[in-house]
Amino acid sequence: MVLFVARRLLYLVPVLIAVSLLTFLIASLLPGDLAYVILGDQATPENVAALRHDMGLDQPIWVRYFGWLGHVLQGDFGRSFRTGQTVLQAVTERLPVSFELMVLAEIMSLAIGVPLAIACAARSGGPFDRFMTGSAFGMLSVPTFLSAILLIYLFAVELRWLPATGYVPFGEDPAANLRFMVLPALTLAFAEWPGIMRVLRSDMIATLQEDYIALAKAKGLKPSRILLVHALKPSSLTLVTITGINIGRLIGGAVIVETIFALPGIGRLLVGAIYTRDLIILQGVVLLVGAGFVLINFIVDMLYAVLDPRIRHGHA
Amino acid sequence: MATLELSIDQDAAQAPARRGRRLGLLFWMAIGWMIFVFAVAIFADVLPLASPTDMDMLEKRAPFSFAHWLVTDRLGRDELSRVIYGARISLIVGLCAPVIGLTLGGALGMLAGYFRGRFESLVVGSMDVLLAFPPLILALAVTAFLGQSIPNLTFILGVLGVPAFMRVARVATLTLARREFVIAAQALGATHARILLRELLPNVMLPLFAFFLLGVAITIVAEGALSFLGLGVPPPISSWGSMIGEGRESLDIAPRLAFIPAIAMFLTVLSFNFVGDTLRAFTDPRQGAL
Repeated sequence: MVLFVARRLLYLVPVLIAVSLLTFLIASLLPGDLAYVILGDQATPENVAALRHDMGLDQPIWVRYFGWLGHVLQGDFGRSFRTGQTVLQAVTERLPVSFELMVLAEIMSLAIGVPLAIACAARSGGPFDRFMTGSAFGMLSVPTFLSAILLIYLFAVELRWLPATGYVPFGEDPAANLRFMVLPALTLAFAEWPGIMRVLRSDMIATLQEDYIALAKAKGLKPSRILLVHALKPSSLTLVTITGINIGRLIGGAVIVETIFALPGIGRLLVGAIYTRDLIILQGVVLLVGAGFVLINFIVDMLYAVLDPRIRHGHA
Repeated sequence: MATLELSIDQDAAQAPARRGRRLGLLFWMAIGWMIFVFAVAIFADVLPLASPTDMDMLEKRAPFSFAHWLVTDRLGRDELSRVIYGARISLIVGLCAPVIGLTLGGALGMLAGYFRGRFESLVVGSMDVLLAFPPLILALAVTAFLGQSIPNLTFILGVLGVPAFMRVARVATLTLARREFVIAAQALGATHARILLRELLPNVMLPLFAFFLLGVAITIVAEGALSFLGLGVPPPISSWGSMIGEGRESLDIAPRLAFIPAIAMFLTVLSFNFVGDTLRAFTDPRQGAL
């Protein structure tokens, strides 16, 4: 196990370096000079040249990359030239919002997907199973922003049960916070549960054909017990994997959902930085999200190895 | 009518012989919708449509009428013609971007799967880096810097598709390269290029094409999301995503403005997903496993 973790950690280093390099290259090589953006339309060539010199933009790209990387490794991701806030401040301020959104979404999608998968697997091939499999397939073709609009129309415009946009911190008023979070989290969950249901369903159908399930039936155990204990447990591994795979999509979906529902999370920070061409914030957020995503995937990999010994002893 | 019945009879007669191999009604409905969308998108200029950009401030958000079959939007533009011209954008980006992924990813995957060794590690490793970013974040960041235009959008969405196509091509090549017909070709002294192009490519093409259709569906959704956020195609060009984004502002007074392009998009994405998934099940050698 130690060797396995060490090997994976070693693999993490080049990936993280490459992520930082790619982030830096996107921000530096593409058209749109930072000095021009800061100075605006009234920039004279002399002003631009002076500012470029102050910011070190006139140095070769390698020097700038290592300079930037050095700052980043010390926790200095730069400062927005529009708001004066540092990247780290902006991100830590908004991270709880995005985190709460994603956790709620994941809980909701599991709450929808797992029972449906069990019900489908219990009578696979039956009318309910066929109907749900079809619906799940249809749901996979509904983009996040579409289900957001549908939910807003239904619950905020027509029924007026829930607010369409807005946010209250959880610490101030937990009930109001949850009211604002329901629709955004449900929107994300709508995109996630079909995947969870489909994979878990086929996984459980395969498990139900194992010999030990036949033995449990022969022993006269109740069908509900067989389904919930004997058949669901081996699929916990699958659930971890799907959750891990989903995170990338969840982060992308969070960007859209936070923008639509006006939640002050990381996604909205990113989109706002793009609208205002705040390149420093953009660069910092992309780097942090990319690095965070790599680390989450690493943790999921580790969890996977803990749950299934075959992986750490096998070819990995 | 007679020909239709005939074809159904034939199908029924052959059904027992190739059970589970039939494509089914839904499949053909999906194909039909795809052809329909393609046709109106291609012939939009010759169809008797109102201009998608002409505004008519007296007819703002007008309901269904003969002049405007599918209502008008907040600037009095004809919604039907905007949906049809929007189909063009969605299809151009939706088809061209996966072509980039298919060509680059397919070539890299085949070379990696055939030659193995260091080259394979390098390809797989660099794809891992590309996969290290949540795709939408990377697309947002790059379009923000490159500038919003259809070629830029197509390019970045295409590049983001490369790892997935690479994976499909590599796995298919890995299994095929051990098959007898490839070994036979090698024994006969065929060059690498010949084996790759004449022996492997026709077989790898099948799963790649099925995946291509899924790629189209994913790209249409991604383009829609970016345009919805106002970071995709620049105005006044309308794509389905930007129309849904505009319709969202009048959800309380005219929800149809968001729902008409939404339905068009949903049906198109569903069709591509369905056809792609059916064809994938067809070409997947592990079909019988489940």
